[in-house]
Amino acid sequence: MSDLPLIQADRAVPPPATTTSTGGRGRRLRLLSRTDRVVITLMVLVPLLLVTALVWLPALATVLLSGTDWDGIGPFGEIDWVGLKNYDDVVNIYPPFVPAVQNNLLWLAALFVVATPFGMFLAVLLDKELRGSRFYQTALYLPVVLSLALIGFVWQLIYSRDEGLLNAVLGTDTDWYGDPNVNIWAVLFAAGWRHVGYIMLLYLAGLKGVDPSLREAAAVDGSSEASTFFRVVFPVMRPINIIVLVVTVIESLRAFDLVWVINKGRNGLELISALVTSNVVGEASRIGFGSALATIMLVVSLVFIALYLTTVMREDRR
Amino acid sequence: MSRPRSQAEYLARLVPPSVAGLNRRSLLAGAAGTGALLGTGLLAGCGSDSDSGSDSKTVSVGSNQSDPKPKDVIAKVMAGFQTASGIQPAVNTVDHNTFQENINNYLQGKPDDVFMWFAGYRMRFFAAKGLAGDVSDVWGKLSGYSDAFKKASTGDDGKQYFVPASYYPWAVFYRKSVWQQHGYQVPKNLDELNTLGAQMKKDGLAPIAFADKDGWPAMGTFDILNLRINGYQFHVDLMAGKEAWTSDKVKKVFDTWAGLLPIHQPDALGRTWQEAAQSLQQKKSGMYLLGLFVAQQFSNDEQDDLDFFTFPEIDPAIGAKALDAPIDGYMMARKPKSEANAKKLLEYVGSKDAANITVKNDPSTLVANTGADTSGYTALQKKAAELVGSATEIAQFLDRDTRPDFASTVIIPALQQFIKNPKDISGLLTSIENQKKSIFTS
Repeated sequence: MSDLPLIQADRAVPPPATTTSTGGRGRRLRLLSRTDRVVITLMVLVPLLLVTALVWLPALATVLLSGTDWDGIGPFGEIDWVGLKNYDDVVNIYPPFVPAVQNNLLWLAALFVVATPFGMFLAVLLDKELRGSRFYQTALYLPVVLSLALIGFVWQLIYSRDEGLLNAVLGTDTDWYGDPNVNIWAVLFAAGWRHVGYIMLLYLAGLKGVDPSLREAAAVDGSSEASTFFRVVFPVMRPINIIVLVVTVIESLRAFDLVWVINKGRNGLELISALVTSNVVGEASRIGFGSALATIMLVVSLVFIALYLTTVMREDRR
Repeated sequence: MSRPRSQAEYLARLVPPSVAGLNRRSLLAGAAGTGALLGTGLLAGCGSDSDSGSDSKTVSVGSNQSDPKPKDVIAKVMAGFQTASGIQPAVNTVDHNTFQENINNYLQGKPDDVFMWFAGYRMRFFAAKGLAGDVSDVWGKLSGYSDAFKKASTGDDGKQYFVPASYYPWAVFYRKSVWQQHGYQVPKNLDELNTLGAQMKKDGLAPIAFADKDGWPAMGTFDILNLRINGYQFHVDLMAGKEAWTSDKVKKVFDTWAGLLPIHQPDALGRTWQEAAQSLQQKKSGMYLLGLFVAQQFSNDEQDDLDFFTFPEIDPAIGAKALDAPIDGYMMARKPKSEANAKKLLEYVGSKDAANITVKNDPSTLVANTGADTSGYTALQKKAAELVGSATEIAQFLDRDTRPDFASTVIIPALQQFIKNPKDISGLLTSIENQKKSIFTS
């Protein structure tokens, strides 16, 4: 670890233990000049203000607005309080809500079970330094660079029922985007196509960082390629695995762009994020109702954020 | 295993996923143009372009005419205005749907002096909210408008807030050559329409082209069936939330529609109206219920081959004289930078000079001003103008005649649900009614 001073700084954050080094650290802190202290204060304050103004206040406002029937027009003083009516409506009389929750879960499952492992698999292959691996790497990463809106457009050309490439090649007339039994899978394929590249790159970075001597040691011990990967490399990459896991969860929760480009998240492609948008943004302007949906999404996200933070913090404490 | 083993791993660990995704996210928002904040910025940004020239020689115009042809027509009309008045119009064109989606933020921010919008509930709504300027005195100088147009431009308080420019009727379009080839006759009632559909199917055509991926085209089908079965007044009351969706009258509309679905092009939910219009153009479909703008999908030498008839009668007591013919036009911001210039512009776009420019350049729309020289109309336009002229009542279109929150968040998913599964009509109508009650009482 001695070649990683950054890590040492990281380890220094917990409160000083009762070892002899405490005094040393304390003295070093006192050695900070006035300028240093001002800089550090600013570096804490500025992001704190930004996060408060751009994240926490809007989140709080969303929760508050979810109890109103505001239509986005007029002063705040005229907003009427309706209590939990919006939540009641969301759950009881809003037909797209249940499919949206199901689709979000399906999205999570598909990325988690199929796309993420496949991305890892590709990373392992590319890590073997095959001929032209840079080409494959670029090709697979390309979709990640494109915005999902553009991806939606590209796949539109492929999936269009009457004029699309897929039906022309297969000679079928499947309604890829219009048939609610099919379109979610068609979209998941497109989303996965992109997600695979993202995971691949993250994982490749992790693989490059695995100490080669570990593999050598495993090889000397007669371990097969597969068992080396699963018993040595994979466990060593735990931090990367957690990042990949979190990225997957977040990607599936914020999935939105693709379905929005296709049909605004209707007819089989409902997602909570798309419902929030179609209610809040746009002519509808049901700010209160949309905020209720957004709050539900916030609560779901908080569950995953809490899980992540507990894992990471437990890790740091160890 | 808690410590990273290398610098790369350490760095990878430092990047929170929210940051890793930031670029892509903002890129996406830009591309989709759907973010409210972003949209406001976009529109407001356009508006502020003209700040520099507030020397009363300029006027800014927010245009939703983003398709190439209409955009070109607007440019020509604005050039005409500049020549006539010496005032420089600055047109800020925004994608049609984006414009519509951001209208709330746009009007509450810094809107252009004059902006394009629609007649009907959507106009009255913003006028009632105090987000539009009173243009009654402009109407004092306008000529060539029927009372129907003036009524469509009037807000709830009896003042005018809108200057109509163009309109387009909805009708059933077909290709003359295809009909001649097979010897089809225009159907006069529902039975004849069904018989014709069956015959077209035998001849290997999709009888009625149909698309509803975007959610709104099916509203046209609902509207016309409702107008034919229950009449204009019921349409108005239903859209105003005064009638129950669970009533037998609405049920009959959906039952009739379900009966017609087999002669509609299948898989409508994956198709855009352009694709459906292409199937008509390619002679794969026999007819298509759409607005006159369907002509945009036909090349110039095919325009003569395009013809239409109004949707046939269903109930002889109601007749077939009502139709959807939405009006597009201009409104004024509540506080334009130069009210005098804005009103001059409105007077010009409402004049027959402006209408004449539109007639010359756009074969897919009709001008609202009857004083215009319409000798340049194509045969199709002449027929469309006659159709609207002979209509007893003119509706604006489902989503222009009712609350926008109801139309977009309830009706669109509901109609798509119906197309997907035409069997459960009662359940669907109960769901619509429940949501309607919640929305209309808020």
